[in-house]
Amino acid sequence: MVTIAEEWLNSCSGCEIAILNIGDVLVDLLPQLEFVHIPVLIDKKYYGQTGENKELDIPEAVVGIVSGGVRNSEHLEVLKKMRERCQILIALGTCATDGGIPALGNMYSLQEIKDFMYRESPTTVPGPDPDYKTYHIPEAFETVTALDEHVKVDIKLPGCPPHPDWITAAVLALLDGKTELNLPERSVCDTCPTIRKSKKSAGDLKRILECPEFDPEKPVDDMRCLLEQGFMCLGPVTRAGCSGMTGTAPRCIATRVPCRGCYGPVKDGALPIVDYVGALSTVGYDPRKMVDRRGFLCRFSGAHSVLKKIG
Amino acid sequence: MASPNTAKTIRVAPVTRIEGHAGFEIMLDDSGNVVDARMAIMTLRGFEKFVVGRPVEEVRDIVNRICGICPWNHHLASCKAADGCLGITPPPAGRKLRELCHMLAFIPDKILHFYFLAAPDFVLGPDADYSVRNVVGVVGAAPDLAKQVVHMRYKVQMALEKFAGKVIHPIAAVPGGYSRPMLEEERKELLAVVKEALDFSVFSLNFAKENVFPKYLDVINTVGVFPSGYLGTVRPSDGALEFHDGELRMMDQNGNYEQFKYHEYQDYIAEHVEPWTYLKFPYMKKAGKISLDETNPVGVYRVNCLARINVCDKMATPLAQKELEIFRSAFGRPAHQTLLYNYARLIELIQCCERAEELLNDPEITSREVRHQKIEPRAGEGVGCLEAPRGTLIHHYKTDDNGLVTMANLVVATGHNNAGMNLGVKQAAKALIKDGKYDQGVLNTIEMTIRAYDP
Ligand code: SF4
Ligand code: SF4
Ligand code: SF4
Repeated sequence: MVTIAEEWLNSCSGCEIAILNIGDVLVDLLPQLEFVHIPVLIDKKYYGQTGENKELDIPEAVVGIVSGGVRNSEHLEVLKKMRERCQILIALGTCATDGGIPALGNMYSLQEIKDFMYRESPTTVPGPDPDYKTYHIPEAFETVTALDEHVKVDIKLPGCPPHPDWITAAVLALLDGKTELNLPERSVCDTCPTIRKSKKSAGDLKRILECPEFDPEKPVDDMRCLLEQGFMCLGPVTRAGCSGMTGTAPRCIATRVPCRGCYGPVKDGALPIVDYVGALSTVGYDPRKMVDRRGFLCRFSGAHSVLKKIG
Repeated sequence: MASPNTAKTIRVAPVTRIEGHAGFEIMLDDSGNVVDARMAIMTLRGFEKFVVGRPVEEVRDIVNRICGICPWNHHLASCKAADGCLGITPPPAGRKLRELCHMLAFIPDKILHFYFLAAPDFVLGPDADYSVRNVVGVVGAAPDLAKQVVHMRYKVQMALEKFAGKVIHPIAAVPGGYSRPMLEEERKELLAVVKEALDFSVFSLNFAKENVFPKYLDVINTVGVFPSGYLGTVRPSDGALEFHDGELRMMDQNGNYEQFKYHEYQDYIAEHVEPWTYLKFPYMKKAGKISLDETNPVGVYRVNCLARINVCDKMATPLAQKELEIFRSAFGRPAHQTLLYNYARLIELIQCCERAEELLNDPEITSREVRHQKIEPRAGEGVGCLEAPRGTLIHHYKTDDNGLVTMANLVVATGHNNAGMNLGVKQAAKALIKDGKYDQGVLNTIEMTIRAYDP
């Protein structure tokens, strides 16, 4: 029996749905797991069940699972409490490991975001910014950060959301007494069955306003690599694993759509924004011709000051 | 957050068994009676701002991260708004595949909401101890049913994932249509799953009508009851409830309504800002203001299943229509009881299954013509609108000559219901807390008025 506490910070709840999508296996595992805290499913309150406590509290657990990055003071408080109360801390999902989509917000200042939301949007009757000093709401931070920028993280499970196979693998490893999980440091391309000729096809870089060439009746290994077809597929700089442990084609590629990098950088500290330039050059495209280069290359990994630093 | 005559504040956070991040506070006076209550949303993420500068065809893959429970709805609304900016209409099969995915995504969502999030309150009782009042408790109380629920939800999710590649944060729909055609064997497989889901949804509604709702009729009729307006989508030809493509209908609290096209939304909806929450308050523009007085609300409207069932003239499919008739003869139109959202949800579940079946039986669904081959970027404007499980979703974008977004306005379901959730909490708190007496069961009953919408 292992006790588990789960929390979501600047999360969309997709990581939590991915936990549920373990499906029947989860039902079989349940007798060995004891969830002591998980707001999406259990009514455990921070300030006591009738709101009598002054300080935020989370019960002790062997394993702490946290999804979402840090965007406000409540996220940080919850994260620190989780670290304090859990022996092993898992960062679940690309928001927690690298900032994820919400870290695209780092391209704008917090004030610009508030100005649009509370005064400039076409339907909004202008009003004041939320006032965290007067009311019980958290202070919004200037940037979105990943968990390891604040506390020690023991296991990182990237993916937006992570494939349920990897969550299961982590839980099984923990039940087995292991405290780490080595994920493959390979790229999406390494698991992609498309045909590659190491040179580009005719034409320039394309946006998905165009349809790639493929025969829908034929399997994906009959399709020419999307990058070689001119689509900005981020497979070369994205960590493998999105199709789980079955070894089937990367999910987007299987649907004939280019990879957008949702598993984050191939390994810790890698910088897709730099590495991709090399990948494009290899097949003869001019990286300067990419539209919205920063928005593409940092789409899932804008924390760790990546977006602000590159500017 | 205190009012001048507040002697004590009860602070409940987080609101649990919902999808987002909220907390609420109840203010009591010296004699322990409720003077005010508020629900606050804790986060500000800024999607509207950070999609600016992105190519409009990429936004569909960004905004799906607004919500992991209803990513399909944001994905598809975004595709519709992008279609508008680019000035294109998808071929019929592309449009139908999008609608099919929309329906298939609704099914597990509704099962999840009803059984995992709401059922613990009804199966175990709102004042059961918090440590057992959850899906694991339901498994203990009704193990066979719970297994069936988990399995059915999983099966539909996986069937959609197999067809669409990704079920959480989908990528399969694209501006101008759908990424690839459906093959005949895929159609057959999905049809079998949908038939099973339809049986299960009919079973679920009957189960709830016999075993759940009758027990709680008193609570349903006293907690979270207040008059409001409603907003939802209907089919223009006959006013039937529509999820994917129709016109909006805004109904006032007496049942009178106006019907309008998506791009006219700014004539009907304005948003009000309060300093004590990060979420804005959309309200009926024609009312000229919003007032959060639960006895006499002004400008307040609600969305999501009960709202849709109130605004529509009928359901779009036969079994769902039968159930609507039973519902209306019991509760009238419009019905204002917040907890009836749970009932309306199951009627809609039936329509979703029936509609998915219709689409899968449509010969055009396997056509090869699913998307435009090549679209030129251009300056434009588009409003993409549809019904998400939690209510009407409006995505409004403008683009520059290169097809990059210059403005994005999103009015999402939780926003539309912000006023309703606040009023529900206030009304319920006033009805249930007297002379300073309350316990966790009472607070949880108040929370049920938020949970009904699953914000
Ligand atoms: S990683 Fe993806 S699924 Fe998980 S919380 Fe972030 S956006 Fe949602
Ligand atoms: S670039 Fe994309 S399509 Fe090409 S091999 Fe890599 S993942 Fe596959
Ligand atoms: S192909 Fe890329 S974007 Fe698509 S699911 Fe896999 S890692 Fe994520």
